[in-house]
Amino acid sequence: MPNFTNSRASTSLGAGGDLESQKTMAASHASSAGLSAHGHADHNPNLQHHFYSMDQQLEASTLGMWVFLVTEIMFFGGMFMVYILYRHLYPEAWVLGSNHLNVSLGALNTGVLICSSLTMVLAVRAAQTSSRSGQILHLILTMALGSVFLVVKYFEYAQKFEHHLVPGPHFDMSLPQANQQQLFFSIYFMMTGIHALHMIVGLGLMMTILVMAWRGKFSATYYTPVEVSGLYWHFVDIVWIFLFPLLYLLGAHLGAHGG
Amino acid sequence: MSTVATQERQSYLDAPYGLASWLLTKDHKRIAMLYLISITLFFAVGGMFAAGIRMELLTPQGDLWTSDMYNKLFTLHGVVMIFFFLIPSIPATLGNFLLPIMIGAKDLAFPRINLLSWYIYVLGATITLAAVFNGGLDTGWTFYTPYSSVASNTSVSTAAIGVFVTGFSSILTGLNFIVTVHRMRAPGMTWFRMPLFVWAQYATSLVMILGTPVVAITVLLVFAERALHLGFFDPTRGGDPVLFQHLFWFYSHPAVYIMILPGMGVMSELVAAVSRKQVFGYGFVAFSSLAIAILGFLVWGHHLFVSSQSIYAGLVFSIITMLVAVPSAVKTFNWTATMFKGSVTWESPTFWVIGFMGLFTIGGLTGLFLATMGLDIHLTDSYFVVAHFHYIMVGGAIMAYMGGLHFWWPKMTGKMYSESGAKASAILVFLGFNLTFFPQFILGYMGMPRRYHAYPPEWQVLNVASTLGASVLAVGYLLPAFYFTWSLVKGAAAPANPWGAKGLEWTVPSPPPTFNFDEDPIVNEPAYNYKPAREVHVA
Repeated sequence: MPNFTNSRASTSLGAGGDLESQKTMAASHASSAGLSAHGHADHNPNLQHHFYSMDQQLEASTLGMWVFLVTEIMFFGGMFMVYILYRHLYPEAWVLGSNHLNVSLGALNTGVLICSSLTMVLAVRAAQTSSRSGQILHLILTMALGSVFLVVKYFEYAQKFEHHLVPGPHFDMSLPQANQQQLFFSIYFMMTGIHALHMIVGLGLMMTILVMAWRGKFSATYYTPVEVSGLYWHFVDIVWIFLFPLLYLLGAHLGAHGG
Repeated sequence: MSTVATQERQSYLDAPYGLASWLLTKDHKRIAMLYLISITLFFAVGGMFAAGIRMELLTPQGDLWTSDMYNKLFTLHGVVMIFFFLIPSIPATLGNFLLPIMIGAKDLAFPRINLLSWYIYVLGATITLAAVFNGGLDTGWTFYTPYSSVASNTSVSTAAIGVFVTGFSSILTGLNFIVTVHRMRAPGMTWFRMPLFVWAQYATSLVMILGTPVVAITVLLVFAERALHLGFFDPTRGGDPVLFQHLFWFYSHPAVYIMILPGMGVMSELVAAVSRKQVFGYGFVAFSSLAIAILGFLVWGHHLFVSSQSIYAGLVFSIITMLVAVPSAVKTFNWTATMFKGSVTWESPTFWVIGFMGLFTIGGLTGLFLATMGLDIHLTDSYFVVAHFHYIMVGGAIMAYMGGLHFWWPKMTGKMYSESGAKASAILVFLGFNLTFFPQFILGYMGMPRRYHAYPPEWQVLNVASTLGASVLAVGYLLPAFYFTWSLVKGAAAPANPWGAKGLEWTVPSPPPTFNFDEDPIVNEPAYNYKPAREVHVA
């Protein structure tokens, strides 16, 4: 977790990331509870009533997103488990299946997503430095790159439909090891499909954040939503970084018939 | 926020009124009450399915329901009781209500997500009920493939989506608890001053966030196989149906600990309170919760002893399963040691405490029988298994849930209920439960398989005893519905601390104000600090 201490000087007590300083802060708040009706001398309008300080709020939200990402890892983990087992059972079918995937489109999408992670990080940085235009620019860039990814994915899927590689009654059963290849494509569509769904959710998040940034909601004292949305976005990128080699690259060097 | 000063003395129940204020509330206490109402409804629904099962088994001939109908009854009993009652029971009601107060916080870290989790629960429940009314579900609550993915012509897809959706409510509750425990503790509330209930909820939350996503993806794969023709578990396409069992039990065994760990947390609170004594070996009880949560993830293979799993894998799973007995025994022995030479009084929570200890011990020890591979080959899928997990889930988890509800009811509602009614209920539940499920150990040992609607006539006596016991059990569970409702209308006002118990929740009024504490609490003593009070008594 990055710790931008100087840009987070929201309370008079400074910004310590660890639990101990948080407690000290909380204690000092408690002892000075008589100062105002709510026990907060410097009340930021973005501070929710059940938190003592902006730092506590940011740390809670960030930890919440990390915990959520752990659940996402377990969620995708189930599919990786399925992938590992069947790859182990049917290695030849896996090579055949992976040679039907378009490595150049996959590589293009990998590059697109890596770039979108960079623009996302720049958007978070812009929020931390209270730059409204920077936030808007980088959020739009992030969304544009995310959309490029989905469009490329759409064309990839369309190709698979044309080539009868979508599992089900229309699957091309004349392929060698057709049954096992169908299993490969079941996993391919499940994993990339759920990943694409996460991308769409991410775009929705970015849209919300963009509207809030447009209204000048974020500054060095309050940028929690940008930060946690960024964490989510990076996670979705990283899932793709695992999907790309596992689905497209492993075995592709045997190169039977690309595309 | 100048209105705070005037709101301070109002309880969370009074401020403000109206249905909308409840349905849009962000107050963890109100959300707990919303959960309480919903899970009670599902408890009743699941109970009715159970009644259907027990009525059929009164006679050896399968004459009351068709075998198809019977399959649906036991499936829906399992699905409703596990996903819609047991898993949310203690965490979403007692945990939601008490966890923030116990650690001195004004609310959970994410109040809106907390409310969202209830709506997700309601949505998942609605979808599942749609499946119930639209052809039902006959796969067993375990959704085993390939029956569920290829063969069954009931509403498997709808039910799978219902379970998938409900899983997120559980994940969000767990997430909220973990962040709250890490980031929201009051000054002075160190990790080792936390009540053991909070430790247990924390361990449960870890299981929820690590296990639930796996069952979510598993039922989603079943859904995709049925609805989208993707093949994962279909053997005709080279898929492995046993893979489903691995993925399913990777969650569903830990899910047992989602049900029992919070119950153990409740027990630690109740034992200390009814004995007026510090919990014996606080650290051991706290860490045994974490140990159970961790070990719980390493034992799923004991559900696959007879599912083509290799004997070596079976051996490892068998040994680790037996290891779970160690932290469980640590807890049981420590509770006993807490009561030993304590000032135990016979109040209604005491009855549930003692009932839990007896039933949980039997449930836990019979688990060791089943963990033994040789014995399990004889007992697997028999009524012995049914009796074993009911001793844990009903005798353990629900007994603790009822005990907790009785213990904290005055805090939650501000009303006292009928003590004699509560004692009668606890005794009826204990007797009825044993009469229902103990004969099933014998039936299972004699070879009666689970999930059949007919059986040889020589097993009728024990089955009649079991159905008789179920009727007593039903009366035991219905009684609280009456005296709790009565207490809301006519009950005496509850003082802040009716049991003379320790803990931050007993320092605030009953029912607590909206933001729990009028003044931000500072903690400067360990949990269960009963000693000074007793010294005053002596002096």
